[in-house]
Parts: sequence; structure tokens; C-alpha cells
Amino acid sequence: MADTVVGANPDPHAAGEDPNRRDFIHIAATVAAVGAVGGLAWPFIDQMNPAGDTLALASVEFDLNKVELGQQVTIKWRGKPLFIRRRTGKEIAAAIKDDHADLRDPATDESRHKPGKAEWLILIGTCTHLGCVPTFGGGDFGGWFCPCHGSHYDTSGRIRKGPAPKNLVVPDYAFLSDSKVKVG
Amino acid sequence: MSGHSNYEPKTGFERWLDVRLPIVRLAYDSMVDFPTPKNLNYWWTFGGILAVCLAIQIVTGVVLAMHYVPHVDYAFASVERIMRDVNYGWLVRYMHANGASMFFIAVYIHIFRGLYYGSYKAPREVLWILGCVIYLLMMATAFMGYVLPWGQMSFHGAVVITNLFGALPVVGPSITTWLWGGFAVDDPTLNRFFSLHYLLPFMIAGVVILHIWALHVPGNNNPAGVNVKSKADTVPFHPYYTVKDGFAIAVFLIMFASFVFFNPNALGDAVNYVQANPLVTPAHIVPEWYFLPFYAILRAVPDKLMGVLLMFGAIAMLFILPWLDTSKVRSMRYRPTAKLYFLIFVVACLVLGFCGGKLPDAHVIPGLSTFTLIDADLNSMVWLSRVSALYYFAYFLVILPVLGLTETPLPQPESISEPVLSHSANAPAGAAASPEKRG
Repeated sequence: MADTVVGANPDPHAAGEDPNRRDFIHIAATVAAVGAVGGLAWPFIDQMNPAGDTLALASVEFDLNKVELGQQVTIKWRGKPLFIRRRTGKEIAAAIKDDHADLRDPATDESRHKPGKAEWLILIGTCTHLGCVPTFGGGDFGGWFCPCHGSHYDTSGRIRKGPAPKNLVVPDYAFLSDSKVKVG
Repeated sequence: MSGHSNYEPKTGFERWLDVRLPIVRLAYDSMVDFPTPKNLNYWWTFGGILAVCLAIQIVTGVVLAMHYVPHVDYAFASVERIMRDVNYGWLVRYMHANGASMFFIAVYIHIFRGLYYGSYKAPREVLWILGCVIYLLMMATAFMGYVLPWGQMSFHGAVVITNLFGALPVVGPSITTWLWGGFAVDDPTLNRFFSLHYLLPFMIAGVVILHIWALHVPGNNNPAGVNVKSKADTVPFHPYYTVKDGFAIAVFLIMFASFVFFNPNALGDAVNYVQANPLVTPAHIVPEWYFLPFYAILRAVPDKLMGVLLMFGAIAMLFILPWLDTSKVRSMRYRPTAKLYFLIFVVACLVLGFCGGKLPDAHVIPGLSTFTLIDADLNSMVWLSRVSALYYFAYFLVILPVLGLTETPLPQPESISEPVLSHSANAPAGAAASPEKRG
């Protein structure tokens, strides 16, 4: 049968006798199709990531005079609660005393506040376990207690007990003056 | 859908249509003439009940979407408007909300039926896996639907569940940000959940068609678990099972209606009638009842990633079950030892559900403090969850693989007709009746 075909058609390529050329066309067409679909898939995946206006979130300024000693004020920042806690001397002392205790996510108390501002602890108020909002002053260590799955944080916001893996997160912030902070 | 067709077009139009689109033939072969084992009991009616549940959810859902506003500022109010102002809105919403619970009641019975009678075994593995896919889609749909009213439980449930993905190493935080479309559960999250909540039921409907197709190739399993041997073992689906399913659907709908009209909020959580507040988490976060066993497994594990993996692993067990069970005997009627382990398995699932609804540190026996084992009191929900979760996984990974090799099953009947027709062989069927009641 092959003889008949070659005899009838002097061009061997047209009869599909050159496997390399035919393979190339198949592979090139497949790659082009997969590439096109893959390239189009990305916009459809990436559209779910935060949009431009969501990313362009304004930072928050906060007047610290609103917080009494031993109090905490919760404000909303980037859709999440932000804890601004004015710690008492006793709470600071307790936090420093535990700097070298058996910590799951080791950090000194000094690394969790701005230099010379030990009184002010500013943290993102979502539990590092599954994102619930811990309650002020609860738990075995006097810091916060997460009602969802029972994580205990100390007065430095460090995880001490329960399922959460990390300390409460310290956001980027700066003191604009003694009584004003800018978060974000 | 398979095999020989007995359909004979009766009218001129049917003959004309049959050579162009044999859709009447398809319906006739799969819903009228389909040969069905003649010994199916009422546990086999839940397939039909589930089809009705899906139809109710889609119809009521489409109506609710006409009045609902997927925006963080309006969602809660629009649901309250549906309840108070939209004509019969209260009825449609209560049907939809309770319909989700009814759907899960039926699907759990359907799954336990399959587990007891070995409906996952060859040649029905694909049928079983498609069922597992439907179950996964149902869970995703129910979860996203529960977020839409934007109550406190909606919001914080969404926070907890989306944060589960954050437990994955390296990619976790990017995935949660991607799911949220922001840095927290917010308006973009609500919008996409609404879109997907509308889409997924139609995907479920698609997989249901595949599920029924995969059912009609090998045909129904049956309580005896033996293959259909002859025409004497079957009856046509219509009228025998259309009537039986119809009766079961009517009884089921009475139960459904009793919730909708007399106790519409019994299965929900009162806290979800408080509008979402991202700054305050409710004191006791619980998912809807149908997720409680998995929630208990999540909380039983002290490590975040392991907890998440075990929770998803609990569902993965169902997918690989056809290759874990080494027994060739399908029905547990003829596996007295397996029947016992199955009963304990059902109890373990119920206990997990019970624990999932309680605080982890709560006492199982009130007022009794024993001693602290590792991280919690032995008399606590955490430890009860751990024991039950251990049994859950052992049932799939140890008991079923080993039991199939070591047990001595009872003699199986030669055919489906044999135990039905001969009086003496009715004994094993009667003995199986009591455990079924508890499934």
C-alpha cells in the first residue's frame, strides 16, 4: 500500500512520510492551544486577588489620648480589628519576666513595642489560629483569650497556650507625636 | 441508559422524535422500564428524596436571589426585608434555610446506607466517588450560602473556614488573601460567595446526572448485596419504585414542613440574627449542625496544620473507601462482626457531632474533674473528640482492611429471589433490621 501512495504522489511530505515535520505541527499546535488557555486562565484566577482600590488602603491615624491606662481601644484597619492597648506597669513587668519562658514563638517584650514606648502595645486583633477576635484581659496570662478555640496570649500578645501557632502580629506603625500614631 | 431498550413509540410524534432525539426513550429506559432489584427497602428511597431536596433548594434559591443584595451594608437588611416585606418571603427563606438541613439529613442517611450495604464496592466505585464529589460540592455550597445573610455567625464562620487554608505552609497566606479578595472577609468575599453559591447547585445537578448514569450501568445494589441473576430478581422501576419513592418523599416532606411551619429556627443559631461585626467574635462559634463532626476533628488536634489535614482527611477516607475494604461480601447482613464495628462507627460520628457543638474544655460528665492528660482534662469534649476521631479513622484504615481478611461471613443467598421467596432464609434479613434503625 505504501508503494502505491509514493508512486501516486512524488512528494513524500504530502503523504505524511516525514514524521518529524508532522510531529512538529502536532506539538506546536498543542503548545499554542495549551499556552493560550493557560495564559487566559491567569486573568481569571488573578481577578480574585485584592483589587487596586482594596490595595490602596489609607493608613489610619489614631489619637492615643483616648486610651486610659489599663484600657484597650479596638479600631478597624484593613477590615480587621486593631488593638491599641495601654499597659499598666504590672502588665509590662509580667511580659518582661516571661521573655525567656518556654515560648512557642519566641520574642522579647521589647521587640513588640517601639523603643521607650513600653506602655503602648499595638497589635492586629486576629487570633493567629483561625482569625477570631481574642477578648481583652482573658486567659491564663492576662493578655487575651480567643473564644473560638481557646488560645491564651500574654500581656505582650505572645501565644502561650492553645492551638494558635504565632504571636499576635505587630503591624507597621510609627509615632507621629507622643499622642498620635499612624498605622500602615 | 444501558442494555436493551423496550421502548416502543406509540404516537406519530414520538416515532418522529425518536429517530431525531431519543429523549423519551432515554426517560422510558431509565425511569419506567429500568429493571430494579425487587428487595429494595426504604433506605433506598433517599436517592429520590435527595433529588427533591436539590430541586427545592434551586427553586427557592432562585427566588431569594431576586430579593437579596450581596453587599456588606445591605445583605443583612435585605434578608430581613425578605422575611418581613416580600410576599411569602418568610416561607421561601425558611424553606431554603431548613431545606439545607433536610438535604444533609437525607444525604447522611444515603451515605450510611451505602456504607452498611457495601454500595461502594465493585463495580460501583465510580458511582460512589461521584456521590462523594456531590457531598463535597454540597458542603461548599452550604458554607457559602450560610455566609450570605451576613450575621455574626455567617461572618465569623467565614473567617474561621477561610483561615483553614492559611494553615498550609508557604502558599497559605496567599491563598486566603486570594479567597478574600482583600485582607479580611469583606465585601469582595461576600460578592464571590454569592456568585459561587448560585453556580454550585447547577454543578451538583450535573454531577447528579453522572451519578445516575453510573448507577444505571451496573444497576442498583440491594439489601442482600448479591448480583441480579435473572429477570425474576427485578421489577420495573415504574410503578413499583416510583410509588415507593413517592410515599417516602411524602413522609419526608411532612417532616420538612413541620420544621418550616412550626420550628423554623430550631436548626439555626440565634446569633446569626445579629448583624456581622468584624470587631467582636461571638463567645461560642459553631458551624451548622451538619459540619459539627468535622469541626470536632479540627479542634481535637492541638496542631493547626494537622487539624486542618485531618479534617479534610476525614472526607478523603470516603473517596478511597472502595479500595480500603477488603471484604468481597457487600451487605453487612452477612458480616456480623463488621455490623458491630459499623454501629460503633455511627455512634462515633454522632459523638463527634455532639462534641463539635460544645466548648472544647466543657466536661462530658458535668462537675467531674479528673486529671489533665497532656493538655486537657480527661473528662473534656476535647478528649472525647480525640477518642471518637481515632475510631473514625481506624474504621477506614484498620478495621475494614483487616476485617475483610479475618472475619467469617454468614452464607449469602444464591440470588435476590431466594431469601424473598423461601421463608427459612428470612432470618438474617430480620436480624439486620435493628441496626438499620439506628443508621
